This record gives sequence, structure tokens and C-alpha cells, in this order.
Amino acid sequence: MALQLIGQATDDGAAGCTVSGCGGSSAQLSHLSAQIREKVHNHPCYSEDAHHHYARMHVAVAPACNIQCHYCNRKYDCANESRPGVVSELLTPDQAVRKVLAVAAAIPQMSVLGIAGPGDPLANPERTFETFRRLSEKAPDIKLCVSTNGLTLPDHVEALCRLNIDHVTITINCVDADIGAMIYPWVFWNNRRVKGRKGAAILIEQQQRGLAMLSARGVLVKVNSVMIPGVNDQHLEEVSRVVKAKGAFLHNVMPLIAEAEHGTFYGVMGQRGPTHTELQRLQDRCAGDMNMMRHCRQCRADAVGMLGEERGDEFCMEKVEQMEIDYTAAMQQRAEYHAAIEANREAQKHHSGERFVAVSAIKRSQRETRPVLMAVASSGGGVINQHFGHARAFLVYEASPTDVRFIGHRKVDLYCSGGEHCGDAESTLARIIRALDGCEAVLCSRIGYEPWEQLEAAGIQPNGEHAMEPIESAVAAVYDEMVKNGLAEHRTPSERLRIGA
Amino acid sequence: MSYQIIESCVTCHACEPLCPARAIYRADRHFSIDANKCTGCDGDYADPQCVSICPIEGAILDPSGVAANPPGSLTGIAPERLPAAMAEIQAR
Repeated sequence: MALQLIGQATDDGAAGCTVSGCGGSSAQLSHLSAQIREKVHNHPCYSEDAHHHYARMHVAVAPACNIQCHYCNRKYDCANESRPGVVSELLTPDQAVRKVLAVAAAIPQMSVLGIAGPGDPLANPERTFETFRRLSEKAPDIKLCVSTNGLTLPDHVEALCRLNIDHVTITINCVDADIGAMIYPWVFWNNRRVKGRKGAAILIEQQQRGLAMLSARGVLVKVNSVMIPGVNDQHLEEVSRVVKAKGAFLHNVMPLIAEAEHGTFYGVMGQRGPTHTELQRLQDRCAGDMNMMRHCRQCRADAVGMLGEERGDEFCMEKVEQMEIDYTAAMQQRAEYHAAIEANREAQKHHSGERFVAVSAIKRSQRETRPVLMAVASSGGGVINQHFGHARAFLVYEASPTDVRFIGHRKVDLYCSGGEHCGDAESTLARIIRALDGCEAVLCSRIGYEPWEQLEAAGIQPNGEHAMEPIESAVAAVYDEMVKNGLAEHRTPSERLRIGA
Repeated sequence: MSYQIIESCVTCHACEPLCPARAIYRADRHFSIDANKCTGCDGDYADPQCVSICPIEGAILDPSGVAANPPGSLTGIAPERLPAAMAEIQAR
């Protein structure tokens, strides 16, 4: 069996503080300095609020990898899959620069360029740093970030700092070599392949050294962890504590993606991924120690657009070569667009704040109610603006008597848009309903008659009454309504059983 | 005698920059090793570098034509242990 590694997870992160991003845990963000907030406020992968407004892209310039992860297939070329480590075309640094400039001219929301694979960016230092160096000259307004497995990170800290890369993501799945040996079968170290526990121990040591060195230099480090049931699920709380102590500012616990058709070791061997509930519980447990990120979309190593959006096809090299671009005008346009986004965010903050107070008032005037999960269809901008049938992913929020908080997102066509020929007999609608398990309402701009009926039958109330409204205030309003109608009472055990069935 | 990369290569590029003899090149469908240049890393490294980083079992043959990374050598699971390992993993 061929095994491999894809590398890294991608980029994502959360810290921009809005009503929902912080929710009940706003105290967690209070320790972030104004300087850090400034660094993340328009980074869609580090700030939950920013991901509604700003776009990012990854360029696939880094094919080689120096370790093997059991969740990665090194045959990375697949147009239909959307997950870390997968790309359609590998680029040279020269092509990558042209592509970034083309995308940044066409998508003015673009604020961030990341290199995340499909292998390990720091196992391809020449290609990675050449790309960064040229971009920092040609598009100085674009933030640069990199995602790595950490094996050679200590060797590259100087170069990263010299190039002003102030966002680094390290994928750290464990701090215990025995657990590491179940995830990493080998690493390439000092010109030899080192297998098993010994290899895992080297990787862990290098990751921790790199993390500490970056933190000491003031570089923002996000840690990605893949939650693997039965392997590291009980261990990630400790990972959270350790990386926080070493200076990471954000922890992103992602679910394992393992399907046999992906050809990964875990996929082929039948290792399962976590359920939505298992993931959320672990994220909640880790949140006691660390800022948790919950909006990661686990995107491809050549993703283009807003998080959850794939516009890569519009910018394949063949098309990019044809484009004529006025770089100076494009940069000016981006600056104006970003200023408009910021004005809009400011306005929304005030709007949400008002609704927020209204929800809190419910608690005082009425009996105790329980938290409710709601799904939201949004194509960006922080508002409910997507037709139910067009949503490929839903944002999930938890409304409670005290606040509305963002919980995560649920992909509809799980990591594959291959369609009918993928052999999945389950209808799209049935799949959506399954993906929304646990949600009691779905808010969208519009919805058709048939899905409406089926959602209702599944105990999920569709709601199209808040089109174009800011998400948090709409969720708060729907919760308000549920409370008034007695739908948010604490359930009796028998009711819970019936709903769970 | 030269090592050889065969068609199961996934073109991950990892081996190419490591070769001390610069014997690895991108061929039509996958990477290949120039038999006239390959030294097996003799005198440079203890282990052949391409073999040491290749992620695909069986993709590189040693000079005698045998898989340099045989089945199970990279997953850490020997073929005869596969059913038991699979049962253990599926119970997680």
C-alpha cells in the first residue's frame, strides 16, 4: 500500500472579536494585545469575523515532504476533492507570483497569501522563499503566511522573520512520541529515514523548538491538530496546554478526514473520523486553556477565494497567462475595498450589539431556557444571503440566553464534489439533513418547497425571514421567537430520546 | 549499478533535490534516474537518498531490481499483520 502525506493542514484561525466570535468566552481574547488583534483582524484564517469578509489563497509551489502522516496521500492531484494537501496543478515560483497578482486584481477582498503544500513548504525552502520574496516586493499589501509540519522549522525561523512572514501554522497532533508513532510512520532526518517512535520523537522536539523560537520573535503561531478518535482524542487537551505555554496564540482542532477513496493509510484501513458532537466537545474542553478556532474549512493547498469557496478553476495557469493586469491600479482598488469592508464591519458590530442586549433581556424576564444550535447559509459579508440550495457549507451558531456564539461549520458534500459518479446513493438533501444533525433551525435567504417540508419533518425549522440581516442578530431574533413560543425549554429525557432518534 | 524509479512514482518531487549526483530528472509521466549518473549515493551518504525519502512503497527498485522500500516497510505494518492492524484500527 502506498502511503503518504499531504502535508499540512491549511490555514485558518480565529481571534477577531465580535459578538459571535467570542460569545461567552470573550475573556479568552482579552489577553490578546492590540498588536495581535491588528495582525489578525483581516486574516480570514485567523479571525472568525474576518472570514466573512476577506479572501485568501494558497499557491501550490511546495510538492515535496519530509515526513509521512497516516492521514495523507502523497498523490495530491485531484480536482474533485477539497481537503488539505490536494491541488490541481503544481506551480513554479514564477507562475505562483503571476497567479497571486491575477487573483488579487480580480478578487479585491483578497488579503492573505499562504503556502501550505501540497507537501511541506519548509521541505521546499527554495521554492517557498522565492515565492514569498517576490510577492513581498510586488504586492506588499498582501499578508504572507505558511503552514508546516515543523520538522525543519528551527532552521528556517531566521528566513521567515527576514521576509516578514508573521503568521505561521504548525500542525501538531501530539506531544507524546508513543502517540506520534501511531500517526507518523517515518520522518526524513539528517539524510536518513527514521521510523516509528524514534522518528515521531524527533518531529515533536523540532515542532516544540520551532514554536518557542517563533513566539520569542513575536511571530503569530497557530497550531493545527487533527482529531483522530482512539489515537489522540484524549491527548489533544494536553497538546492545547503545552502549545499555549510555548506561545501559540490559537489552537485549531480539525476532524480527521479519512475515506477509503482518498487512498490514505487511515482511509484504507478504516480509521474513523470524529462525529460533529465529539469534535465540538473536544473543542469546548480545549477552550478552557486556549483560544479555539472553529471556522477552519480544511481547504485545499491551492484554494482561492473566501473560506469555503473554491474559485481555483477561474485562475488556472492557462487563464492567468492570458490576463492583462494593472498591478498598481489593482492594489489601489484593494485598499479602497478593504476600507469599505472595515466601515461595514464597524456598522454591523453596532447592529449586532443592539440585538444582543435584547436576547439577554429574555433571560431576566422569563424562565430558564436551553441553548439551541442553528445553521446559517451565508456566502460572506457576515449576513444571511444564500439560497438554501446553493449552500455547500453551513455555519453553525449556538444561541443561549446569554449570547450567540459561532460553533463551526458543516460541509454538505463532504470534501468531494465529484457528484453522481462518486457512487453515493444518498440524495443531496438527505446528506444536508444529516450534516445539520443537532441543529433546530436553518436560516437562509430563500428555500424551496420540497427541502422546506423535509427539513421540518427532520425537526429542523427552515427560516427565510432574515435575508440580508447580520447573522448574529438574526440568530438572536430566531432564538427570541423560539423562547416566546416555548420551544427552547429544557427537554425532558423522553423528548430528548425522541429528537435524537 | 543504478537505482530505478518506476511508474508508481507519484511525482511528489521529494527525491529530486536530494540526489548528490543530480541523476534524477522529470520524465514524461514520472521522475526517472539517469543510470549513467546514479552512484547509489556511495561515498556521499550511508543510505541512498531517493530511497530514504520516497513515500511510495515499491516505486524505487534497487540495482538488483528489487523494491527498495518493500510492502509494509513505509506503513510500518508488515503484510501478514495487516488484517489484525485493520481490525484494531476499525475498533477505535
